[in-house]
Amino acid sequence: MATKNILEITNLNVAFVTERGTLKALRDVDLTIPNGAIVGVVGESGCGKSTLINSIIGLLANNAQITSGEMIFEGSDLLSKSERELRAIRGQRISMVSQDPMTALNPILSIGTQMIDIQYRNASSKDEKRARSINMLSRVGIPDPEMRFNDYPHQFSGGMRQRIAIAMALQVEPTLLIADEPTTALDATLEVQIIRRLNDLQQNMGCSILFVSHHLGVIAELCDYVVVMYGGEVVEQGSVRDIFHRASHPYTQKLLECDPASIAQATHSLPTIPGEVPNLDALPSGCIFFDRCDHGFDSCQRSQPKIEQIEAGHWIRCPVRAQQKTF
Amino acid sequence: MSGAWHGLFRTVRRVMHAPLGALGLFLVVFVLISAIGADWWSTHEPNQINVRAAFASPSLEHFLGTDQLGRDIFSRVLVGGQIALKVSLISIGVALLIGLTLGLIAGFGPRWIDNILMVLFDSVRSFPTVMFALAVVTLFGPSLETIMIIVIVTQIPIYGRMVRSQTLALKNSEFILTEQAIGAGFFRIIFLHMLPNVIGPLLILASMDIPFVITIEAGLSFLGMGVRPPTPSWGTILNDGYSYIYNSPWPVIAGGIPVVLTTLGFTFLGESLRDVFDPKLRKDA
Amino acid sequence: MLFYFIKRICLGILTITIAVSMLYTMIHLVPGDPVKTILGPRASPEIQAQIREKMGLNDPLPVQIVRFLGNVAQGDLGQDVFKRKSVNTIVFEQLPHTIYLVLCGIGWAILIGIPLGCFAAVFQNSLIDRIVGVLSVSCIAIPTFLVAIYSVLLFAVTLKWLPAIGAGDGSLISYIRHLVLPAFAVGLGWVGYLARLVRASMLEIMGEAHVRTARAFGLKEQTVVFKYILRLAILPTITLIGMGIGILLSSAVFTEIVFARPGIGRLIYEAVTSRNYPVVMGSVLVTTVLFVVSTTLADLINAIVDPRLRTKI
Repeated sequence: MATKNILEITNLNVAFVTERGTLKALRDVDLTIPNGAIVGVVGESGCGKSTLINSIIGLLANNAQITSGEMIFEGSDLLSKSERELRAIRGQRISMVSQDPMTALNPILSIGTQMIDIQYRNASSKDEKRARSINMLSRVGIPDPEMRFNDYPHQFSGGMRQRIAIAMALQVEPTLLIADEPTTALDATLEVQIIRRLNDLQQNMGCSILFVSHHLGVIAELCDYVVVMYGGEVVEQGSVRDIFHRASHPYTQKLLECDPASIAQATHSLPTIPGEVPNLDALPSGCIFFDRCDHGFDSCQRSQPKIEQIEAGHWIRCPVRAQQKTF
Repeated sequence: MSGAWHGLFRTVRRVMHAPLGALGLFLVVFVLISAIGADWWSTHEPNQINVRAAFASPSLEHFLGTDQLGRDIFSRVLVGGQIALKVSLISIGVALLIGLTLGLIAGFGPRWIDNILMVLFDSVRSFPTVMFALAVVTLFGPSLETIMIIVIVTQIPIYGRMVRSQTLALKNSEFILTEQAIGAGFFRIIFLHMLPNVIGPLLILASMDIPFVITIEAGLSFLGMGVRPPTPSWGTILNDGYSYIYNSPWPVIAGGIPVVLTTLGFTFLGESLRDVFDPKLRKDA
Repeated sequence: MLFYFIKRICLGILTITIAVSMLYTMIHLVPGDPVKTILGPRASPEIQAQIREKMGLNDPLPVQIVRFLGNVAQGDLGQDVFKRKSVNTIVFEQLPHTIYLVLCGIGWAILIGIPLGCFAAVFQNSLIDRIVGVLSVSCIAIPTFLVAIYSVLLFAVTLKWLPAIGAGDGSLISYIRHLVLPAFAVGLGWVGYLARLVRASMLEIMGEAHVRTARAFGLKEQTVVFKYILRLAILPTITLIGMGIGILLSSAVFTEIVFARPGIGRLIYEAVTSRNYPVVMGSVLVTTVLFVVSTTLADLINAIVDPRLRTKI
């Protein structure tokens, strides 16, 4: 039976207990990944993207507390699973591609060893596993995969290593692939290739992707749905059209303005969003974006805004705008 | 100057927080007091022979018993402590100064001097200390000065390397280029910018070095290459004691315990200081 | 790869040549005439001159050095001054004992030290970690000869479980019994060094991205720790041990003297104190060769185990 949503996160709250106090890293996060869709998560550093990913795969630090929330994956709640159950899911149903290809692979084991190790739960023979890995390597565009199967990571370029990482993640045919800024460390031409490859593979294999990035252009090209995060909260989410054509939250609008690709005329000063992301241990009482928002009202400071729907499938966390839009 | 005292008190308090640090500090202070005041604390003449009282067990009269010639071990150990500290402080001091100079030369000087110095440092560092010591003793005969020479030469590379790497790091740093651009002189750069950065790690290095040097002195004296008898160094006390170990265990125990207490004390203290000043050095996650 | 190897060997030969020349020079600066030592003070000047000529001591120093090195290249290390045995024989008789001692010492240190460091890192900040920390520091701080003396005091004199002196009566069991305490003394400091190094190394690696990747793929924790982390963490210990041969030799000298064991450490000590120069030269030469061999071996092992080094040559 095909479920409509592969992953449904509701009301996720994650905090870290540190010497400086309790850092509320994720607050009230709702996120849905439909079956076969590519969902992008956009936001600056510190917006909670990494915490979100770590929460999903269950690799949060020891001082993390999940104070509330549900993450329904394939019918059961990830948050109520034991470590052993989570480990069964990692690398089988959910797999991940990390950010920095230069450090993401073990340097003294050949890529072949690592790719076969990951399949350890599979009952097939070593030859079969080897064949499957080599097949995957050629699908991501590694030339001569047979010959290079016993090579070591340092013998590959950054772009190649990232492809290997994608091959590793997809060879197990996961239901959900989490891509954690996979192209951030690569230059633009490589980025395009990798994204195209990822798109093809996804269409072939039909898995869902959670694609985290701060590169708006890539998100626009690749994703079906977009979630915009700021300071640990989801501030806007909707289809890619909704976000890029009808962005409604002030932060999203600013982000789009600041994206160099969107600047139509040559200018001496690039637009920025003045101010800084607030400290997670000293959160303001009202809207978290208020300090940097050009359109704020007093009412914004008084109470925590809730996320509201402004059109089908399009949600924002801004009572002012929400009111305007529903007129 | 009160700022310096304040800083000192604060450091002491932070060291005392860690149990090992407190223990180390206590041991070091204990050792220093016993060594400096050796003449006051001694109960007997260290070299006074009294064969009838040989191999006595510890008692009220002889706190640590007597050795094969009836000499009071407690008093001998105290004097031995004086010698150990004298040797280590002087040798480390000299090695530090020479190492500092050489390190500066290696860092600031031309490449070829640096290469030669580095090869020299590495060879000396990896050469077995005892062999080198044997060679020097062959040349100069056994004595306290000989041991100091041995210690100085073997320890110079340690300080030299450290100063050199600090110098190199500084040489390439942004603000030194700026300083040079505004015409700051060589000595100004060293005294104003480099030394303050380097003093802290150097002192920590030196304090970690003291136990090592005391060990070298005790070891070489044990082999008969240090002070001439009847002068009591911890090493010679151990040597005597070991020859008669079947007669009485006390000389060996009494001679060794100060070495253990001193080395442990300085090591714990040094580690604690390092944690206080630069936790990054500890390479903990 | 081969080129690298040859380069290392040449460097090694150079090191040996320099060390030997320096030592030869130093020895000849020593006051005291080797000829008088051999013959005694009452030998007549004519015989002294004869012997001096025969030993080639009248030639200038550089010539003597070259001649010595030439002999070495042919395998002749000279003749013992007192016993008229060839230095070759003497040195190679004693060498194996030291090698066994050092190997056993390092061996048990590795067996205990590396797992301790590994546990300390995996259970960071736990009680085990703190205990291992204190123990490592203590092991490093206490000098080898003291460990030797105290183990004799405890196990040989007081408890009488193990022998204190010598290398046994020739049988294997006896030899091993006589090796226990000396190897313990030599290895104890290394337990501390290795535990600390492995712990620090593992902690550093644990924070790296590839470990996160391994866990993210659901690999079993023991696979992650042993295959992915520990294997990488052990690499620095190889270099440490290779470079530590100098420390090992110093420890061997003390240990052999305390336990009255045969070995090259004790041989050098006695040869220097009795001014038996040919034996000194021969032993130092052999020790330097050992040193060069061990550092080269460490490099080689590193290159084999760490693929990143292989292509860098």
